[in-house]
Amino acid sequence: MCLGLPGKVIEIKEFSAIVDIAGTKREVSTMMLAENVEVGDYVMVHVGFAIAKMDPEEAEETLKTIIEYADEID
Amino acid sequence: MKLIDSFRDKEKVDILLKQIDKLNIKDKEYRFMEVCGTHTMSISRFGLRTLLPENILLISGPGCPVCVTSQGEIDAIFDLVKNNDVIIATYGDLLKVPGSNGENLYILRSMGFDIRVVFSPLDVIEIAKNTDKEVVFLSIGFETTTPPSAGLVKQLVKENIKNVSLFVMNKTMPKVLDFIANQENVMVDGFLCPGHVSAITGERLYEPLVRSGFACVISGFEPVDVLMSVKLLMEQVNKGEFWVENNYGRVVKRNGNELAMKLMYEVFEDSDAYWRGIGVIEGSGLMLRANYKDFDAMEKFNIEVDYSKSLPGCRCGDVLLGRIKPTDCSLFGNRCTPEDPYGPCMVSSEGSCAAYYKYGG
Ligand code: SF4
Ligand code: SF4
Repeated sequence: MCLGLPGKVIEIKEFSAIVDIAGTKREVSTMMLAENVEVGDYVMVHVGFAIAKMDPEEAEETLKTIIEYADEID
Repeated sequence: MKLIDSFRDKEKVDILLKQIDKLNIKDKEYRFMEVCGTHTMSISRFGLRTLLPENILLISGPGCPVCVTSQGEIDAIFDLVKNNDVIIATYGDLLKVPGSNGENLYILRSMGFDIRVVFSPLDVIEIAKNTDKEVVFLSIGFETTTPPSAGLVKQLVKENIKNVSLFVMNKTMPKVLDFIANQENVMVDGFLCPGHVSAITGERLYEPLVRSGFACVISGFEPVDVLMSVKLLMEQVNKGEFWVENNYGRVVKRNGNELAMKLMYEVFEDSDAYWRGIGVIEGSGLMLRANYKDFDAMEKFNIEVDYSKSLPGCRCGDVLLGRIKPTDCSLFGNRCTPEDPYGPCMVSSEGSCAAYYKYGG
């Protein structure tokens, strides 16, 4: 039920945005987002509300750290 | 999304497993509770328990809102539908939750009662505008799902819509975590903290746990996220030092989503709540504030909930507290299966019993 799905913002309206969630377009409420979103941003969507803006750089960082461990192991 | 593929990458999973192996003190038992139902599902789906060394135990907690809803409330919903000319709007997860006498919303719908599945609380507005009937929204969920319910209430006020009410079953995490941490017979070393709840509450939710000596790592849901979080939990346990580690920084900010928390507490206030198989936990639930009482279905329809009800033989309470594994319940796999569930932990796709049944331990 509480599944959050990442969606890419493709259009911005006053209190909502159209996002692409795995190929499906949906209108989601942006009333819970303090920060501004722009077209192209990723947001985490839960029951029709964007609950957080996603940070792709943080994601890359996590993945990079793991690769660095690889050297430590060998 | 490419990002997701990278978080399922086998090479990275292997690296993490080697790291875990290196950290593993083999004559020790590591017991970590995943509080969140989505973690339970992901751990089972990707077979993560079987990948981990035997002395690292992942225990499912009370993280699925459907599973922890009391039997009395479920039965009260059915009475409401049968005795009043209303439209019920609900998330799909609640359709198959069985009542004390075996019925469910799905069956009631096929009998002609008006029960509609919504994806968002805001869908309720459209339903309400096109009918003279009362629409009752089954409001359920933790901190992630409650602010959207609050958003609905605000919108109803704004658009002056009067034919909607909420059957409020929402709960919050702090008190139940406290409860688990202070149980006598459950030995948990740390918590795999729910990613999307934390996106709303922020890191402070877990500070009391850390102070009581539990490792806490906020985790995402992909295999790489979960394994990395297990590794980070082990590091804290090995060191004997505890802090809130945020391993889901791509979604969770330190202070969470303050706007959402504010919205939630504008509309709701803390109240006591009854958890299935557990009982009353003080201050662990939410109710509508006095100025929004017009939207309270319990008051509008004079609903009395009998909290003493339970399903005989179902061990969901023990499963939810990590006291037993789903397979230890004598009804598991015979009287109780996902096709014909007896208890709620078998119904919800995020329930521990359903996950164990579908994917094995
Ligand atoms: S997101 Fe929240 S409600 Fe949903 S399964 Fe996780 S903890 Fe439970
Ligand atoms: S197997 Fe069924 S009856 Fe037993 S605890 Fe799980 S849901 Fe309840």
